[in-house]
Amino acid sequence: MPANRFNAFTDYGIGVGLRIPHYGHIFEKKPVVDWFEIISENYMVDGGRPLATLDRILERYRVVQHGVSMYFGSAEPLNREHLRRLKTLVKRTKTPWLSDHLCWGSVDGAYSHDLLPMPYTFEAAKITARNIRDARDYLEVPIAVENVSSYAEFHISEMTEWEFLNEVVERADCGILLDVNNIYVSSRNHDFDPYEYLNSVPTERVAQIHIAGHSKFQKYILDTHDHPVIDPVWKMYDQAIRRIGPTATLLEWDDKIPSFDEVHAEARKAEKYLHAPDLVAL
Amino acid sequence: MTLLEVQRRMAHSILQPLTRSDGIAPKTDAAFIKPNDRLTAVERLEIYSRSYWFRVLDSLYDDFPGLRMVLGQRAFHRLSRAYLAECPSRSFTLRNLGARLEDWLRRNPRFAGSRHALALDMVRLEWAHIEAFDNAAEKVLGPEDLLELGPRFRAALQPFIRLLALQYPVDDLRIQVNRASDERGAASNAALKQKHHDMTKRVSLSNREKIFLAVHRRNFMVYYRRIEAEEYRLLSALRDGQPIARAIRCAFEDSSASTEEQQSMLEKWFAVWAELGWLCPPARSKRERITQ
Repeated sequence: MPANRFNAFTDYGIGVGLRIPHYGHIFEKKPVVDWFEIISENYMVDGGRPLATLDRILERYRVVQHGVSMYFGSAEPLNREHLRRLKTLVKRTKTPWLSDHLCWGSVDGAYSHDLLPMPYTFEAAKITARNIRDARDYLEVPIAVENVSSYAEFHISEMTEWEFLNEVVERADCGILLDVNNIYVSSRNHDFDPYEYLNSVPTERVAQIHIAGHSKFQKYILDTHDHPVIDPVWKMYDQAIRRIGPTATLLEWDDKIPSFDEVHAEARKAEKYLHAPDLVAL
Repeated sequence: MTLLEVQRRMAHSILQPLTRSDGIAPKTDAAFIKPNDRLTAVERLEIYSRSYWFRVLDSLYDDFPGLRMVLGQRAFHRLSRAYLAECPSRSFTLRNLGARLEDWLRRNPRFAGSRHALALDMVRLEWAHIEAFDNAAEKVLGPEDLLELGPRFRAALQPFIRLLALQYPVDDLRIQVNRASDERGAASNAALKQKHHDMTKRVSLSNREKIFLAVHRRNFMVYYRRIEAEEYRLLSALRDGQPIARAIRCAFEDSSASTEEQQSMLEKWFAVWAELGWLCPPARSKRERITQ
């Protein structure tokens, strides 16, 4: 199920997150990359080098926007100035779809700049879905929401995380950016079976997949994006591809960033699963 | 408990200042969080609280290297924590985290001690640097805009230009800080420590010297250009929307320059501004903005 209405019926392959330390290599060597994912907020400025660099990338590569501070799950309505700037960027990149996280991060005008976990309640699902619909209607581009890694749970939750995800995407009629590593991290932090989560995801809504590395601490796992993908996460990715079908996949590497070639090679390990001979076409 | 109530309680808990040992305050409200068999509810919130504080402290650290040099690392850290506790981020982007630092430091001089005026100048310069880096660029004023020249003709200043009247030559210091930063990696730690010591010493010996500065952008690089008092007044008047004729009168109001000298200065300035693309037609719509 590579192409669906949540990724604008595109058939993107394996992408890499566009990061500043790699600019020089990309402009000089012009590596062949299926697509780049950009962090929208890095380019939601009025001018200068960020936009000029982005324009050079757009001349040669396909770009998909990924946001980190739309905060669909915030109880308050979305920030209009944020939306306005985001729409300007959407017009510039012509991103076929746009993703952000199933989380909250600001309240009463104060911003945490973090992906804070949701209480899994019906009220929260209703508010989050409203915000997603508002964003999609304003931005006029398909939206996919990404499941986040979390380190805390709420007493008031009324359902599991995967039930909450399903509730939100059904109400909003939006896509899913399925982060396999985040499912793994949260499953270890909250003691649930990651395959139960994975197998409950509505396959027809998955627009894109994220993979990444993380860091293990004594009492919890942190989603640090500073390591290669571990084998248990590749195994989950394999299962995800078998359920969903070949899907646009992106490797995130945000800290202790190695060379572009190393990051790209890590991402391309996904090919083994995307082109597995025993993969049944859906 | 509603979603809004949960989010207010959680934000209050994680945005409160960390303890001296970088832990969450012992009496933090965590009753709404579930513990597990490895972490208490407070410990779970602590993961988020530490993450928040390290992120915003790092951001301020990166944005104000000159202020760090002026104050020293420990005083800068104290100032950062106090500032962020009183002025948490109000923007979706960390770029704007230092937007209120100048105003806050004016009201809280004790965090800069005897170097308050110097620190204020550096904060103003470093915030101007951030704005000059990625603010909008308008279409440069061209011959087609000069067809109706007259006393009421107006020209605007590019939005990415910031004009500063400063008490200290902090531009020199900031350039030194940049160079030291560029050399990091090429030098040993011992050499860097000596460099830092020398620079700090020079800062402490800095004499007041009133300067006027235009912080601007060219080929995507930020530059500091020292300008004369009259040039500063003229550019400020243009930025504030004055017609060119009135702006010129403002510039030379208290000037001792002779008429010939004034003509020569104007000729030189306009030539430089034209070369740098500093002037643009006034009140253009955003649609006409270009990327520089």
